[in-house]
Amino acid sequence: MEFFRNPNIDFLGKKWYFLAFSLVFSVAGVLSMLFWRGIPLGVDFRGGTLVYVKFSHPPDDNAVRAAMDRAGLHNARIQRYGPAANNEVLIDLALQETSEQALDQGKTKIINALESNAPPGKQDLNNASSLTITNYLLEKDPQHLGTDANQRYTAEAQAVVSYRDKTKGGVLGSFDELKGAVDPAVVASLREGFFLSDFGVRNVEIVGPQVGKQLQTQAELAVLYSLAGMLVYLWFRFEWIYGVAAVITVFHDTLITVGVFSLSNKPISLTVIAAILTLVGYSNNDTIVVFDRIRENIKLLRRERLADIVNRSINQTLSRTILTAGLTFLTVLALYLFGGEVLHGFSFALVIGILIGTYSSIAIAAPILVAYQDWRQGQGKKPTAMPVEPAKRERVKAKAKV
Amino acid sequence: MNKNLGWKLALIIGTLLFFLFGIVGVPNNWSGHGLLAAIQQRIHLGLDLKGGTHLILQVQVNDAVKVDSDNAIERLKQDLRTHKINYTEITQPDPANNPDKIVLKGVPPESSSDLRSIVSERLPEYNLASGAENSWTISMKPQALAELKNRAVSQAIETIRNRIDQLGVTEPVIQEHGLGQYQILVQLPGVDDPARVKEIMQSTAMLEIRQALGGPYSSEQQALQEHNGVLPPDAVLMKGKSIGERDAETGGETWYLISRSSAVTGRDLRTAEAGRDENGQPDVRFTLTGEGGRRFYAFTSAHVGEDLAVVLDNKVQEKAVIKEPIRDTGVINGRFTEQQAKDLAMILRSGALPAGIKYLEERTVGPSLGTDSIRAGVRAAVVGMLAVLIFMLAYYRGAGINADVALILNLIILLGFLGFSGATLTLPGIAGVILTVGMGVDSNVLIFERIREELRNGKTPPSAVDQGFSHAWITIVDTHVTTIISAFILFIFGTGPVRGFAVTLTFGLLANLFTAVFVSRVIFDYVLSRKQRGEALSIG
Repeated sequence: MEFFRNPNIDFLGKKWYFLAFSLVFSVAGVLSMLFWRGIPLGVDFRGGTLVYVKFSHPPDDNAVRAAMDRAGLHNARIQRYGPAANNEVLIDLALQETSEQALDQGKTKIINALESNAPPGKQDLNNASSLTITNYLLEKDPQHLGTDANQRYTAEAQAVVSYRDKTKGGVLGSFDELKGAVDPAVVASLREGFFLSDFGVRNVEIVGPQVGKQLQTQAELAVLYSLAGMLVYLWFRFEWIYGVAAVITVFHDTLITVGVFSLSNKPISLTVIAAILTLVGYSNNDTIVVFDRIRENIKLLRRERLADIVNRSINQTLSRTILTAGLTFLTVLALYLFGGEVLHGFSFALVIGILIGTYSSIAIAAPILVAYQDWRQGQGKKPTAMPVEPAKRERVKAKAKV
Repeated sequence: MNKNLGWKLALIIGTLLFFLFGIVGVPNNWSGHGLLAAIQQRIHLGLDLKGGTHLILQVQVNDAVKVDSDNAIERLKQDLRTHKINYTEITQPDPANNPDKIVLKGVPPESSSDLRSIVSERLPEYNLASGAENSWTISMKPQALAELKNRAVSQAIETIRNRIDQLGVTEPVIQEHGLGQYQILVQLPGVDDPARVKEIMQSTAMLEIRQALGGPYSSEQQALQEHNGVLPPDAVLMKGKSIGERDAETGGETWYLISRSSAVTGRDLRTAEAGRDENGQPDVRFTLTGEGGRRFYAFTSAHVGEDLAVVLDNKVQEKAVIKEPIRDTGVINGRFTEQQAKDLAMILRSGALPAGIKYLEERTVGPSLGTDSIRAGVRAAVVGMLAVLIFMLAYYRGAGINADVALILNLIILLGFLGFSGATLTLPGIAGVILTVGMGVDSNVLIFERIREELRNGKTPPSAVDQGFSHAWITIVDTHVTTIISAFILFIFGTGPVRGFAVTLTFGLLANLFTAVFVSRVIFDYVLSRKQRGEALSIG
C-alpha cells in the first residue's frame, strides 16, 4: 500500500496562506487569554479544593447546591463529571475556602454537608478506609477471635473495601450486598457501627496557595528550559538558524495549544503541561526530519535555489510525516476516547498538539529557513544554511554501522 | 555474515528473556492469575492507580531556629550576669522571619571585648556584629543556620516515619520534596480518609511536666484579676485543652497558671503505653529514663501536696495533685477514647517533631477511581497498540511484521525496565507507554520510507536496506534526543504522576533505539540472507 508516490506540492508557494492560518489561530488564542477567558488554570496552579463525588443514583444538582449553601459554601461550583451513567459530580471550591491553617476544612464541610442524613454515632461505610474498618472490627471483635485477630480483620476490612470499590464502583447501596463478600457476623457488626450514605468520594485534590505558586513557576521554567534545550541541541547539530526556526515553530505550537485551552475553557493542569512538553519534543521531531533532509539535499544539490531544495525535501519526507503523524494521532485518539476522564485534558492537548506540530514543521519551520536566507541575500551576504561540516557527518555515520 | 547474524539473534533473544524476567520475575504458577500477581509484584503502581493519599508538608524550620536562639538568649543573659556586663535590653526583632537574629542594646563600650569573648566561646555558632549606639547584633552563622534547618527536616522525616510505621500503612513514601524549600512528600498507599493520619503526623507532641501554680480560670482576664493584674515572674498563662475534647470544642475555655520551666520533657520518656484507669477510662502510662526519673523524683519530692500540670504542645492536658514523690512512672488522663489514648501513646513513643508542620497539598485518590483508571488506561493502550500493529501490517506487508515485532519487543523492554528499576507506573505513565508506541513506530516508518525511496531509485534490496538504515539513523538519533530532553526536564520539574510519564517516555524511546534500529535491521538481514539474489523485498 502507498498513499503518496512522488508528491510534488509547492508548499513554500503557499506560505502566505499558512501565515494567515497560523495568525488567525494564535491571535484568537492570545485575545482569548488576554481579554476573554484568560488562561484557565487547573487546581494545581490556582490552588483550591476539588472533591469528586460519585452518587448511588443520578445526582440532583439543585439538592447538592442546596447542601453546599447550608454548609456555607456559597461559591462552590458544582458540575457533572464524566459520562452521565457514572453519576459523578465535581465540587470545586476557590482558594479562599482553602486556608493553609486547615487545608482540608473545605473538603470536610462538603462531606459533612452531603452526609446530612447521618445517624448519630455511626460512621459512613461508603467513605471509610480499610484502616478505619479494621480498627472498628478489632474493637468489636464480631468473630470472637481474641488474640491474633489483627490479620483476620485486616483481611475482612480489605474484602469489604475491595468489594465496594472494585465491584460496586465505590458506592454500596445496602449492607445486604456485602453478604456474599464477607462473613455475616462481620456484616451484622458493621451494620451496628456504620451507615451507608448515598455517595462515595472518588478523588480529592487540595492545593494550598504556596504550592500553587511553586508549581506555576516550575511549569513555566520547565517549558522555557525545554525550549532552550532544543535550541542548544539544534544549534550544535545544525546551524543556529535551524535551532531558532525550530524554537519559533514549537513556540507557535505551544501558543496555539494553550490558546485552544483558553478558547474552550478547559483547565490547564500539571498533566496538561506534561502533554505540552511532550508536544514540544514531538513537534521538534517532525521539524528535525525535514531539516535533516534539507541538510542532506543541500549537499547533493549545490546549484539549486534553497526554496526548491526545501520544497523537494518536504515532499520527499511527506509520506513519512503523514504516516507518523497519523499513527501517533491514532494512539493519542485512543487515549482521548478510552483513557478515561482523568487523562482528558492531557490527551486533548496531545490531540491538538499532534495536528499543529505536524502542520507547523511544514508550514512554519521550513519557510523561516528560506525567509532568513532571502533576507541574508538581500543584505548581500553569503547564504549560511549550509550543511554541517563533513567530519561531523562521518562520525555519526560511523556510529550507524551497527 | 551468517555467523554474525546468529550472534545478533542470540543477543536479541537474550534481551527478550532478560526483560521478560524483569516483568514477571519467576512466577509461582504459570496460570493467568499467577502471572498477573507476579506482574503486580514487579511493577509498582503509582498512587493514582492503586489509591491512597499524597501530602506535601511544610516543615516550619523557623520553629527549630527559634528554640535554638531562645536557648542562646538564656545562656547569654546568664553569662552577662556572671561577667557583670550591663545591658538595657535583649530582643529578637523579627522572630517570625529571622528568628536567629538577636539584638543586644546598651552595652557599655568598655565591655565590648568581654562580650566578644563570651559570644565566641559560649555561642560558637553565632556571629557578633556591632551596630549604632552601643548595640550589637548576634545572628547565626549561615552555615550553622542551614545545617540546623536541614536537621529539622531530616528529624521530622524520621519522626513521621516512626509514626506512620506504627499505623500499619504499607509501603509509605516519606522523603524530602522540592529544592531546599524544607518540604516533605508523604505518600500513603491505601489510605483514603487521611484525617486521622494527618493529625497524628502533625502533632508536635512536645510533652512537658511543669508545676501548676493556679487555675483553672474561665478566661485570661479572670486569671489576671485573681493575681491583681500581675503574674508571678516565672509563670505563664496556658490554655487548657484535652485532645479528647477536640470534637466538642464549643465548650468554654479554661486557663491555667503554669511555671515557665519544666521538670521533665518528652525527651526523658523511655516508653508510653495506652492503659485504663480504675474506672475503666482509657489513659496513657509512661516511664521515664533513669536521668529523667531522678529529676522527676527531685521535683515531686519538693512539691508534695502541690499541683503538677501535664503540658502537651503548650496546652495543659491535665492538672493533678502530687500525693507523694514519684520516681519514674506517670499517667496522663484526659477523657480519651481508646483510639485517642493509643494514638497519643504512639506519638509520644515516636518522639517530638523538632518544628511544627503545615499541610500544603493533599490529594486523595479513592481506590475505585484507581481501578477505573487502570481499566481505562489498559483499554486505551490495547486499542492504540492494535490500531498501529494492524496499520503497519496493511501498509508495509512483509516489513510490517518486522515493525510489529520490533514494537512488541519495545514494549517488553519498557515494562522490563520498569520492573527492574522499581520506577512507578502512573496513569500518565500508561499514557507514556501508549505514546511510545506511536512515536516509536516513527523510527520504523522513517527507515521503511527511506528504503522504498532507495528501491524506487533503482537500488538492489540489500543496498536499499543498507542506505535506508544509515540515512534514517542520523534523523532517529536527533529526534530521540530532543524528545528525551523534554522528558528529562519533565522529570526534574515534575512530581508524582507526571514524573511517571517522563520515566516511561524516556525508557520507551531508549528501548526504541535498540528495537527499531538494531532488531529491525537483523530481521531484514535475516530475510535478505534467505532470498535469492534479485528477489523483491516485501515492503508494501
